[in-house]
Amino acid sequence: MPILPITYVSTSTREMSSWRTSKPIIEYSKCTRCAICWKFCPDVAIDLVSDPSIKSPNEKFSSLEAPLINLNYCKGCGICATECPFGAIEMVREEI
Amino acid sequence: MPLTIPREEYMQQGHTACAGCGATLSMRYVLKGMGPKSAVVVPASCWSVIPGELPYTSLKVPLLYTPFASAGAAISGLREGLDAQGKQDYNVIAFAGDGGTADIGLQGLSAAVERGHNVLYVMYDNEAYMNTGIQRSGSTPYGAWTTTTPVGSKRDYKRENKKFVADLMMAQNAPYVATAAIGFPEDLERKLSVAKSIKGPKFIQILSPCPPGWNYNSADTVRVSRLAVESRIFPLYEFRNGKLTLFKPSKTVPVSQYLYLQGRFSHLYDSEVKVIESAVEERWQSLLRKEQV
Amino acid sequence: MESVQSHRKIMTGNEAVAVGVKLAKVKVIAAYPITPQTTIVEELADMVANGELDSKFIEVESEHSAMSAVTASEASGVRSYTASSSHGILYMHEPLHWAAGMRLPLVMSVVNRAIGPPWNIWGEQTDTFNQKDTGWLQIYCESNQEAMDSILLGYKIAENKKILLPVMNMLDAFTLSHTSEPVDVRNQKKAAEYVGDLELDSKLDFKNPAGYGSLLGPDGPFMEMKKDMRDSMYNAIGTIKNEISNFNEQFSAELPGLTDNFMMEDADYALVTAGAISSTAKYTVRKLREKGQKVGLIRLYFYRPFPGEDVLKAVKGLKGLGVVERNLSFGQRGPTYEDVATSLYGRVDIPIRNYVVGLGGRDIRVKDFERMFEDLVEGDNEIEWVNVGVK
Repeated sequence: MPILPITYVSTSTREMSSWRTSKPIIEYSKCTRCAICWKFCPDVAIDLVSDPSIKSPNEKFSSLEAPLINLNYCKGCGICATECPFGAIEMVREEI
Repeated sequence: MPLTIPREEYMQQGHTACAGCGATLSMRYVLKGMGPKSAVVVPASCWSVIPGELPYTSLKVPLLYTPFASAGAAISGLREGLDAQGKQDYNVIAFAGDGGTADIGLQGLSAAVERGHNVLYVMYDNEAYMNTGIQRSGSTPYGAWTTTTPVGSKRDYKRENKKFVADLMMAQNAPYVATAAIGFPEDLERKLSVAKSIKGPKFIQILSPCPPGWNYNSADTVRVSRLAVESRIFPLYEFRNGKLTLFKPSKTVPVSQYLYLQGRFSHLYDSEVKVIESAVEERWQSLLRKEQV
Repeated sequence: MESVQSHRKIMTGNEAVAVGVKLAKVKVIAAYPITPQTTIVEELADMVANGELDSKFIEVESEHSAMSAVTASEASGVRSYTASSSHGILYMHEPLHWAAGMRLPLVMSVVNRAIGPPWNIWGEQTDTFNQKDTGWLQIYCESNQEAMDSILLGYKIAENKKILLPVMNMLDAFTLSHTSEPVDVRNQKKAAEYVGDLELDSKLDFKNPAGYGSLLGPDGPFMEMKKDMRDSMYNAIGTIKNEISNFNEQFSAELPGLTDNFMMEDADYALVTAGAISSTAKYTVRKLREKGQKVGLIRLYFYRPFPGEDVLKAVKGLKGLGVVERNLSFGQRGPTYEDVATSLYGRVDIPIRNYVVGLGGRDIRVKDFERMFEDLVEGDNEIEWVNVGVK
């Protein structure tokens, strides 16, 4: 077989965290789990997880899937913080 | 709360797009809508770099890279090649930037649509040659700074109007034409499902804001996209069976609100903003008239 | 019993090419019309329209798109074909590199025609000599029979897993393309068996989705890929020779080797040619031989890979060699001269002369070849323009 310009390895096998200058922190007590942050993440760095141990504003929300930021992939663009209708995401400067 | 767009991801993490890249959201949404039985053709553009260098790929569907002017012809060839093998049920998608669509690739696009192949051509419109460093394209709007319309002391910003490729596709009477914006993903998903149901050439132009190219904070990508629609500078419409349907945003904002958020328009005087505002209004009225026909 | 024999038919070069494409069971054709290629694609369109050929036919809007379309269809895993000429092949230059770099075993026919300005639709080979560095193998045909057979041979060679590079088949404008000759039409069943089905290991795979043709930096295997392409072509000569003898055996055909050596055994002086002008050159050789002159001809059937060792073997013992170009490089002697001289450099010491002939369809007559043979006695030259400014 010749050496071909064909690529198979998923980029999800590598980290992009070094690109980030600030990171999103979710204040779960304000998070209604609307998934808007998940919807608008260009880095596909927000997972939706079922985890009863994650805090929620009240019981109504605790059974819903919560957003969980995967800092391996997050480039810190801040779209999630801008778009969160509840002000539940804050961008925090990364320490060097 | 049920998700408003499909959950499945066919664009993966770890790609090398800039933080806050609108073109990346476009790809993510397009693949969610079109699903795993798809192949994507990408001509020279940011998206020939975003999936990463060898050995990486960031899509869960086959991705065929082509020269700059080749997208329209490559989707034609790929479609016919797959059909010849009985793979009519696979989607063939071109995913090209505005340079690759409005400029160097326009002939190939127009011909592919004229020939009527069963393909979807997505133009991710970030309104300049971003991969080469923000040079003006035919799709750059009037008034914008780019590195080849650098304003300078002679106020040499882009003096020509944006070429709306979707309008050209309407003029060609393509079976399905739509404009979309990443700030309205549910609308885009609906349009993709319509496109999927139509046999023949489909064209969708997605406004895909670019933080470094438009010079705004990366956190504002979705906001900028929404303002483009609400200010009517980038109207959302659908064209099917010769009939235009224009989306009228419930909330409208002045064009200046859209312009002021972006450094590429920061040199404009109020009088120049007024010129843009009246052009936007004129185009809106003309689209309304077309809708009535 | 069904006959597997060839049957003889009178046909033009372009018809012979179209029949060759049909014999090779091509599945996707994309083409744009250009004189004098048009009758190839008209013929193919007829075959598709009449159900004789089960193939998709894409009527593209340009040659750039023709090559881009067949590159994509071949990448999807089906045998694909296009044909062009002159300005069309120049317009294709970029996707030609792309097709070869993607290691896609396409076959394309090119009817060699002059490049403008001024506009000129007649024979000349500059169009494809300009493509010699694109990673495509190049075959220059002398007859309509070769034009047909080289399509089948071309796919067989291109799709060989040790080679996996596209093949460009040339025939001269009008002299072959529009001139009728008797051709042995190969049996369809036998031809289909000979080429088999395309098995492209690197075709688009929906089960294991990959990027095809993706980005590479200076430290990635970019140079290694280019080296691999070069090695695959350069080392293909042995495989090509085997494939040619295999073809000749299967079809009782008479394809030459990579070079066609004509009356070279005891020759003192010889010319190197490519394409249809070689027939006139052979006639001249025979005529001069009858007069007792020990002359011969080396016709390049393959130009890429360049059969340097074969040329070297053929020229041993010569007192003078002339390289005839039906193409032009403005700032240097002709490309064939350079390739021949490179192959002989430091290994034999023979004076080599260089001739430019037949540009824009200018006639190349027996007396022109006679003059070239006379001229060879004089030793080296810079470059000689044949039949120019003499009207």
